[in-house]
Amino acid sequence: MPVLARVVEAAGIPTITVTMMPELAQKYRSSRVLGVEFPFGHSFGVVGDAEMQTRTLQAALDLLATATKPETRVDLDTVWPGDPKQAYKDWQPSEPSPIVKHNLEAIRKARRDGASHDS
Amino acid sequence: MTVDSYAFLPRAFRPMYEAAPRFDHAPVWADFGKPLADARIGLLSSAGIFLPAEQEPFDVERERREPTWGDPTLRVIPNDVTQSQIDATHLHINTADLLTDMNVALPIDRLNDLADKNVIGSVSPEHFSVMGFQQEGAEVWRTTTGPEIVARCHAVDIDALILAPA
Repeated sequence: MPVLARVVEAAGIPTITVTMMPELAQKYRSSRVLGVEFPFGHSFGVVGDAEMQTRTLQAALDLLATATKPETRVDLDTVWPGDPKQAYKDWQPSEPSPIVKHNLEAIRKARRDGASHDS
Repeated sequence: MTVDSYAFLPRAFRPMYEAAPRFDHAPVWADFGKPLADARIGLLSSAGIFLPAEQEPFDVERERREPTWGDPTLRVIPNDVTQSQIDATHLHINTADLLTDMNVALPIDRLNDLADKNVIGSVSPEHFSVMGFQQEGAEVWRTTTGPEIVARCHAVDIDALILAPA
């Protein structure tokens, strides 16, 4: 996503990125970043909670209107409601993504190869 | 409060993101040169949303065969879309909530509410959807998908774009 933000911004269109990983957006040197401590896939809030979604969106618009220099980060002062452990489980897919499976297999293979070298 | 960027991330992934270096490229910046109440705003989500009646899903079958590849193509979502018209393909998040209420990831209804209250000038007639897992595809985003979004933003006079990585 930072790749797209840079292309759009470079074309003269201001961008604001609403993200649960503001530290990563900062590493990419994104122009305006609104950090949210929400589960992945839920950048604006809880299902059916229009007030929470609006509050997040309004914060993004406010940052858009007030930021005066690149790499401006503001964090939203909203705590995700409910049990964080359940939210952590709920956002994840039912099975690991292909790249996660691929990487796990690579780690296991490296361990097996390492063990055979040791023997 | 300071947001913990790793609060919801599986612990195994954390070292990879923490170790990622800060880019040494210069930041890019476009001034937001008008009052919000006069501005036309659009949305871009990477939650893999598409319109099943008229668009192909993002190609997750190829991603299953080629785990380092993610579909880098664009789907355009009209501002008058309804919840029942959308679907989503994304192998990295559970899409159940956004298929109940798209506004958690692509807050089209909320943005229209704010236009009705004159908080913003108007809502773009179209919004943009991509699928957020990109390794090899990031170059296509830079060379093709990004410029395609820019051209469409210019065509509908968008003054600013709100990006929501899923």
